[in-house]
Amino acid sequence: MTSRKKRRMTLIGLGMLALAGATAMVLTAFQENVTFFYSPSDLQNKDVPKGRNFRVGGLVAEGSVEKIGDGATVQFVVTDGGGTVPVRYRGLLPDLFREGQGIVAEGKLNGQGVFVANEVLAKHDENYMPPEVADALKRSGEWQKGQATADGAVQ
Amino acid sequence: MQAVSEFLTMGGYGVYVWPSYVLAVLIMGGMLGLTLARLRVTKRELKGYEQVHAAHRKRRGRGGED
Amino acid sequence: MTSQAASNPPGSRSLHRFANPGRFLRLADAVLPWCAGLTAIALAVGLAAALFVAPADYQQGESVRIMYVHVPAAWMALFAYTCIAVASAAALIWRHPVADLAARSASPLGAAFTFLALATGSLWGKPMWGTWWVWDARLTSVLVLFFLYLGHMAISNAFEDPGRGRKAAAILALVGFVNVPIIKFSVDWWNTLHQPASVTRIGVPTIHPSMLWPLLLMGVGFTLFFFTVLLLRMKSELLAARLRNLRMLSVEGR
Repeated sequence: MTSRKKRRMTLIGLGMLALAGATAMVLTAFQENVTFFYSPSDLQNKDVPKGRNFRVGGLVAEGSVEKIGDGATVQFVVTDGGGTVPVRYRGLLPDLFREGQGIVAEGKLNGQGVFVANEVLAKHDENYMPPEVADALKRSGEWQKGQATADGAVQ
Repeated sequence: MQAVSEFLTMGGYGVYVWPSYVLAVLIMGGMLGLTLARLRVTKRELKGYEQVHAAHRKRRGRGGED
Repeated sequence: MTSQAASNPPGSRSLHRFANPGRFLRLADAVLPWCAGLTAIALAVGLAAALFVAPADYQQGESVRIMYVHVPAAWMALFAYTCIAVASAAALIWRHPVADLAARSASPLGAAFTFLALATGSLWGKPMWGTWWVWDARLTSVLVLFFLYLGHMAISNAFEDPGRGRKAAAILALVGFVNVPIIKFSVDWWNTLHQPASVTRIGVPTIHPSMLWPLLLMGVGFTLFFFTVLLLRMKSELLAARLRNLRMLSVEGR
């Protein structure tokens, strides 16, 4: 290899390295802004914008979903194992919404500490299997309830 | 018959599943079609020019490499 | 193209074994029938498996079938960009004309696959997540990838002097490559609505074998399709360059 080619190669290598470093720094600086949602424990530990719209993500706690008032409003508890927050929502729920499922809600906290959502999105986990396999896993007790979904929903 | 309509409905998700597959066929078929069409046109023109070029060379008695 | 190849110093001859357009054309003609045949087989079997054989998902029901198009398209979106970046580096370092041609020919294909991944993802997201689009890190970084492809295509053709355009496009391709690991790891680094990877996990994939094999087959089919169309496009470009030379010769000869 001639020295000109070697120089071009070094130049490109160094350029890519500098670029990667700069990008890493920018992304670290904007970490908070890139975060799509806060977890319920973030709500307790971190300063979460009061009175402003933000997103909360976690698992819908088992047995917590209830219809309130006119029947079109639902309230449920979102948990991440560490903290919990009650969420109230009026509107259409996505098909994947169910107890034990990861969700992301957008809205704001009211004075009573209830998160009033104007949008609820379901989060899918990374598990794909036919229903029979899921049933068999549940029967044999190998199903770690919430484990896989918690991995996907709360990080 | 019922099996066919069941298949087309896709458990209620037909309106999302079928457009996905149609889009894939259109986009990938389009890529291939455009590429082949361009290749065909270039090949045809090239053939024409090569014949003309060969005739020129013959007339001038040059032949061989150019 | 030909003048560039001829101006290479003699020391680099071994590296230019495939840089010779004539040799490349012969190689492409030998490989193409096999590539095309295997593509047809893989896509036909994969499509049948995805639509008829693969089971419905325990949570997503039949909508899981969108995955067999969406995931391979997204893989190709990243794969095509990686190919472009590697080819661009080769083109910049060794002044390799066929590498440059490969980079230019691949970017419309990558753009099309990226668009397909975005559109099918949207069609899955609406019923499953409850929204067509969210600005989370994964979706946003893939949209950036789409615009990088468009930029690469535009710059390649923007300059009067094709050599300068190619150099600028190659630099853009290398700069844009930082986005590829960002896309791949966005689902692990940040809270995103998009789920983490299922297939490329260390240990066991979290996708049942009955769904994994049709997905992998579709992935193979998409990859072969990419190479088939890429070779056809490169061949087409080389023949077009030969045509331009002949035109100039016949004008001069007259």
